[in-house]
Amino acid sequence: MFGKLTLDAFHHSSMIIVFANVIMIGTGLAVVAALTYYRKWGYLYREWFTTVDHKKIGVIYIVIAMIFLLRGFIDASMVRAQQASAGPGMEGYLEAAHFAELFTGHGTMMIFFMAMPFLVGLMNIAIPLQIGARDVSFPLLNAISVWLTAAAGALVMISLLVGSFSEAGWSGYTPFSGLAHSPGPGVDYWIWALQISGISTTLTGVNFVTTILKKRAPGMTLMRMPMFTWTVLCTSILIVVSFPALTAALALLALDRSAGTHFFTSIMGGDQMLYINMFWLWGHPEVYILVLPAFGIFSEVVTTYCNKRLFGYTSMVWATMAIAFLSFGVWVHHFYTMGQDPLRNSIFGIATMIIAIPTGVKIYDWIWTMFRGRIEYKLPMLWTLGFLITFVMGGMSGVLLAIPGADYKMHNSLFLVAHFHNVLIPGTMFGLLAGFYYWFPKVFGFRLDEKWGRHSFWGWLVGFYVAFVPLYMLGIMGMPRRMVTYDNPAWHFWLVIAAIGAMIVAYGIFAMFMQIYVSWRDREKNADLTGDPWGGRTLEWAIPSPPPEYNFAVVPEVRDRDAFMEMKVNNRAYERPAAYEDIHMPKSTPLPIVIAALSFVFGFAYVWHIWWLAGLCVLGTVAAVIVRSFNEETEFVIPASEVEADEDAFHRRLKEGGVFEHLQYIEEYGDERTPQGKFVEPTTRATSGLPG
Amino acid sequence: MASSPSHDLNRVRAAARADTEVNFGFWAYLMSDVVLFSMLFLAYVNLSQRYAGGPTPGEIFSLHGVFLETMALLASSLTFGLAMVSLHQGKKNHIIGWLLATFVLGAFFLWHEVSEFVHIIHEGASFDRSGFLSAYFGLVGTHGAHVFFGMIWLLTMVAQVALRGLTPAIGSRLARLSLFWHFLDLVWICVFSTVYLPGLIQGGSA
Ligand code: HEM
Ligand SMILES: [Cu+2]
Repeated sequence: MFGKLTLDAFHHSSMIIVFANVIMIGTGLAVVAALTYYRKWGYLYREWFTTVDHKKIGVIYIVIAMIFLLRGFIDASMVRAQQASAGPGMEGYLEAAHFAELFTGHGTMMIFFMAMPFLVGLMNIAIPLQIGARDVSFPLLNAISVWLTAAAGALVMISLLVGSFSEAGWSGYTPFSGLAHSPGPGVDYWIWALQISGISTTLTGVNFVTTILKKRAPGMTLMRMPMFTWTVLCTSILIVVSFPALTAALALLALDRSAGTHFFTSIMGGDQMLYINMFWLWGHPEVYILVLPAFGIFSEVVTTYCNKRLFGYTSMVWATMAIAFLSFGVWVHHFYTMGQDPLRNSIFGIATMIIAIPTGVKIYDWIWTMFRGRIEYKLPMLWTLGFLITFVMGGMSGVLLAIPGADYKMHNSLFLVAHFHNVLIPGTMFGLLAGFYYWFPKVFGFRLDEKWGRHSFWGWLVGFYVAFVPLYMLGIMGMPRRMVTYDNPAWHFWLVIAAIGAMIVAYGIFAMFMQIYVSWRDREKNADLTGDPWGGRTLEWAIPSPPPEYNFAVVPEVRDRDAFMEMKVNNRAYERPAAYEDIHMPKSTPLPIVIAALSFVFGFAYVWHIWWLAGLCVLGTVAAVIVRSFNEETEFVIPASEVEADEDAFHRRLKEGGVFEHLQYIEEYGDERTPQGKFVEPTTRATSGLPG
Repeated sequence: MASSPSHDLNRVRAAARADTEVNFGFWAYLMSDVVLFSMLFLAYVNLSQRYAGGPTPGEIFSLHGVFLETMALLASSLTFGLAMVSLHQGKKNHIIGWLLATFVLGAFFLWHEVSEFVHIIHEGASFDRSGFLSAYFGLVGTHGAHVFFGMIWLLTMVAQVALRGLTPAIGSRLARLSLFWHFLDLVWICVFSTVYLPGLIQGGSA
């Protein structure tokens, strides 16, 4: 009846896990109680659980990301604390198995449930607005994606209570992740959490490729797209082409574990290297999936806060495409040491190093954009500067690792761990946080607090260096990754420093949550009345904050790159039409949460081999989709009068905010400013594109 | 807003065109499916010689069965093509007829495949016998599962055409199902030439 699930699954030998469960369940109950007490369930159901609005979906993604940022960080701190308290003559406080769950959980959660949802959340919020669309191409699919991610995250969470999580590392290498070496439910939880979130991401990729290629406002040619849109297009294509490799690898691993097949086993003709190849066929593009949109965010930030057009737009576009393309040809660099011939290693080593070239192009483009610009040192600019300096270091250590000979020495050492954190934290994490600050007022209608934001920035930046520079040292001193204890006394000192670094990062994370709280408390004072708090250049700043459900009362006509700036310069901004039209929007629906709930139960049932329940969930999903396909009333109409009333109110706010005087100024002096704050010569570029 | 039947038909035809937004999205999905199948082909090619002392392709594949399956699937692509022709002519009953014919051919294919699987397993050559057999069942089975879901989709569309008639939404869905169905045909050709053909040639010479 319940497959392999018995009461034993609830028994945890480690008091720490019991304690973590008490906290998790306690927090969950407190949230439920509070929502019930304040009677928020109806509101949540109507406005959030059933929504298909891309802006709200973006917010849900980011909420998921924040929860997992906390959990992922707690796991990392516990790893740090263990290694700082273990060593010669010291045991540390963790059992080996629990330690393994922690680094596996940390890597898995940070990549799949923190970075990816954060990124997809920002994509959801910004892309339709940047391209002048009223929604994504497939709003329902979009809602299904977000709740699938939530369901997958819930599987990770419940593994803490029922059973255990994987000990096989975030990459789940075979044969260790096979049944023979990992008989418990942990790897199965890992498989289904990743499988469900991976499918969700694939659907998102399909959705955004279509949205960007098919839903751009009239006049927005490909070479007029904002840089963030370009990077998201490349990322979405990478998603569509690479995530199925992960899906296949996980599905075959699941079969090995539950049906007794021999794809990746070490007996009966299985091939463990097959898994490792498939995993990195996805895994390497994945790092570019994570970093390209962050590059896009830095581009938006640099142009906005330096009051200049992007330097070398065309080269930036080509660099992005080159990186996306090359990312498929380098996966072998993850296993130079596994026995292929030197020629093959050399080819992949050189291919890897070549990626540094387009990346360098991008770095120079950002620097040249800043050069002689009037830089406003707002928080996103700080993140960008922190990124530029730190990321270059991470990139360099990557080029070192790309040399097969050197990699034989550094493979699986803490040098590698330092390297990938050195690109992921400044690259992805700083980019996400910059984007978070940048687009926050657009979504919520008020700005984030600058002071706490700066605290957060310095916490992250200093903490990063203190936590990870020692790991470079330790790597060179020969310390392997994933060590629960060690007997080299020379390592201990650096591991203590690294633990202090993690505590400094903790302050950065704390400051970020304080920032959100303080900004919310002072939301009246921080209100963004005009919808254009930064003097933005792209279309999302042409509409109110928060935008109405339909985003654009009238679909804008694009005549240049930096579409909104062109409107400001040519006195077309905020133009009103002779008459408004009715707008058709998709209706809310509970289908996404039904499908997500079924997926969650399916994953859980599969982990515990409760086959009848898993079967029922598949049937239920198919039935739900078929029933939905007979529903033809999926849209509703927002009458023109309502749109007009919204616009009237917006224009009153624009007048109060003094926007129109400011516009005259821009019209007269053009859109670029010198370091002294003066506007440079007006540009006359009404209809033509810019030279690259 | 009164509109003539021919005007309606034009809207249905327009919705079935391949360059609409939703059809484009479906192409993007198909690309991801191509990658999924590529991985399974990769697994097969990699494992196809790893018999672990178990049976070899020549011992378990039968040309007769595979030939029938291939013919059924090719014919089903033809009947689906005819369904789409009927769609453009606006002949509702013809559409239903051809869709049902496609369904029957698909069912024949699947029934044959499953009985072949059962036969092979009975001979002691199950998917847990060797890397080769795992890869064989994995690849061919995934294709079969796609055909199965295609058939559920076919029945749903038959019901929708019967109950709702020819609406633009239904025309557009049929266009995508048609893409999906032809795509599965294409994958099958690849399965045939990667799995069965070398297997049989090898078996013949062994
Ligand atoms: C915020 C501060 C962070 C700290 C203090 C931290 C710390 C750690 C530590 C101690 C390990 C284990 C090292 C070992 O194997 O000995 C680790 C592994 C890892 N971290 Fe982080 N990390 C942080 C942020 C991140 C972020 C933001 C990401 C991804 C976006 C990330 C991704 C990973 C991955 C993928 C692993 C490998 C897990 C494995 O070995 O399977 N980390 N991290
Ligand atoms: Cu890589």
